[in-house]
Amino acid sequence: MDNIAGQKSSFVWASNIATLTLVLLWIIPTLGLFVSSFRDRDQISASGWWKAPFAVELTARGRTGADTAPEGDHFSVSGNIFDDREARAAFTGDPGAVSAFGIKGAEPRAFQVGTTADLGGGETLTVNPDGSYVWVTPEDPGNRGKRIYFAAKSPPKLTLANYRTVLTSDNMSRAFMNTLTVAVPATIIPILVAAFAAYSLAWMEFKIRGLLIAGIVGLLVVPIQLALVPVLNLHNAVGIGQSFPGIWLAHTGFGMPLAVYLLRNYMAGLPRDIIECARVDGATDFQIFVKIILPLSLPALASFAIFQFLWTWNDLLVAKVFLPSADEYKVMTVKIADDLLGSRGGDWGILAAAAFVSIAVPLAVFFSLQRFLVRGLLAGSVK
Amino acid sequence: MNPVFQGLTTIVLGVSGCIAYFYTSNLVLDRVLYPARGPRITENIARANQIRPWLFIFPALFVLFVYLAYPVVGSAFRSLFNRSGADFIGLGNYVALLQSPDFRRAFLNNALWALFVPAASVAFGLLAAQLTDKLAWGNAAKSLIFMPMAISFVGASLIWKFVYAVDSDIGLVNAILLGLFGVGPVDVLQIPFWNNFFLMFILIWIQTGFAMVILSAALRGIPEETVEAAIIDGANPFQTFFRIKVPQIFPTIVVVWTTITVGSLKIFDIVYATTGGNFGTEILPSYMMSFMFRDDGRATAVALVIMIIVLPVMISNIRQAQKEIR
Repeated sequence: MDNIAGQKSSFVWASNIATLTLVLLWIIPTLGLFVSSFRDRDQISASGWWKAPFAVELTARGRTGADTAPEGDHFSVSGNIFDDREARAAFTGDPGAVSAFGIKGAEPRAFQVGTTADLGGGETLTVNPDGSYVWVTPEDPGNRGKRIYFAAKSPPKLTLANYRTVLTSDNMSRAFMNTLTVAVPATIIPILVAAFAAYSLAWMEFKIRGLLIAGIVGLLVVPIQLALVPVLNLHNAVGIGQSFPGIWLAHTGFGMPLAVYLLRNYMAGLPRDIIECARVDGATDFQIFVKIILPLSLPALASFAIFQFLWTWNDLLVAKVFLPSADEYKVMTVKIADDLLGSRGGDWGILAAAAFVSIAVPLAVFFSLQRFLVRGLLAGSVK
Repeated sequence: MNPVFQGLTTIVLGVSGCIAYFYTSNLVLDRVLYPARGPRITENIARANQIRPWLFIFPALFVLFVYLAYPVVGSAFRSLFNRSGADFIGLGNYVALLQSPDFRRAFLNNALWALFVPAASVAFGLLAAQLTDKLAWGNAAKSLIFMPMAISFVGASLIWKFVYAVDSDIGLVNAILLGLFGVGPVDVLQIPFWNNFFLMFILIWIQTGFAMVILSAALRGIPEETVEAAIIDGANPFQTFFRIKVPQIFPTIVVVWTTITVGSLKIFDIVYATTGGNFGTEILPSYMMSFMFRDDGRATAVALVIMIIVLPVMISNIRQAQKEIR
């Protein structure tokens, strides 16, 4: 429609800008969490992720040494504040340059760096950008150094430390394997079962076929909530209980209406001639299905597989109900929602890293197989 | 047994089991029960062909029955019993629900979700579909707007919780409020009533891509002559869009709208991972989960309420399907 009348260049501009706004609005939240997952935890709480490329000013406190020699009527202590263990511990990496200092916790930026601050009563303190200080006091400090509060500008720091922490100490690697263990069988098992059913609903004549198709369309919208209690009780009664086989079966069942519906629609659209020729040549239904329908339906099978994989990988509800609540059975979504959001509530570096560990695989699937996903959506909804 | 190993075994067993079932059941039907030879050959072939569809469809039907059809009845039945399941209390659970202010809150919130989420998703989706349609970088833009579809609801909740964070050095919303308006930190997830909309926006953010993909395909399916005729008659782009294009894709809009409505009645993850149902944000699916494992009677009653709300959509879908088959 680009080449016909009625297109104004201002309108094209407007739609470019509107699209850009919309796209930015849509990706900025994800981008923010992504950037944060690589930031140092001190820097995350000190400055917004949009300032990640810039230096971050962190405040910390330390204590000077107390080794002193009397110089006339006063005592002088010098050293480097970063040699103090407490001050050093506030910075996980290179602390950068000191930008200001003070002697009260409420005013860590009271004095400019490099100047000599008069603390009253003949007491002075000088702190240089590299952290070195000179403290002059009229009284013998004994063995107690002077408390110094200071602000230091750290250079922007990107690390993989959050990912390391999440994967090692938070048991996220176990949860990753659990998610994989749930999602892969729950994706593969329903496909073949659904494909056979779809073929019989698309190409075989029998009495209540129309009724069955209508029934499956109806089951498409049944809320899973309805199935939780009865199915869990059934699983308990037959000895499956809360276990991996239980969740595989549950996902198979819950994915089945969409699988049959999508595949039937696709198969029903295959050219009738091919199937009838095969029948005339004496092929049985089983042969037609395996040798003709199945290979031709690969795009639809792929579409469903992607849906089911994304759905089972991302699921929280079914995992909470059909897997035991013990830590060794937790999938990533449960781990994040139940454990990390509680225990690591404010630790955004860890939360962000955990989130990206869990969405990396679906995103990879999404961007590499988007074509099939779109095709499946269209087959399922456009009528 | 190691669950990964168990998973691999299940894949192998499951797939080979399926193949074995379909292959041998066919073989038994053709060779043993009704062999295509002998004096009754015609009759046998006819019989075999009557039974075969059922062989093909049986496993799927069985799974559908056990996991979806039976639970509808099972839940309805269970909801008539008390917490332990020992005593029949009739509609007691439903009466208790109606009297509970928490349930009313969840019901009204859910109604809000079911109205606002599809409306906003369709609006954004339609806008995105129309805007990207003519752009050179339209497909890349679509891809990015569509991306949240791949992210779990829990992941999306985390992403948005980060945006909504109270600390203006962490949350973008509060940083903008402070930077542009100088307004102090606000916890948007605790503002009474309006916090629901901040939660809904998470789902809108996810569903817009879905709406966009389908509506964009529908827009492309519009016959070009109709649009050309409108332009020649002097219609401006807005008139062309709202008077020519939208009416033609209206059936698709209805499908998208209902799909998202049904989705907004089932999704519990967002509320669970953000507010946990506190601050007046409970919706029916999360309300139901608060009874799960504690009071099956009450839990199934809430599930049945969700089912009843979905029922009209279900019936109209079935009607539609029957029309198409005939």
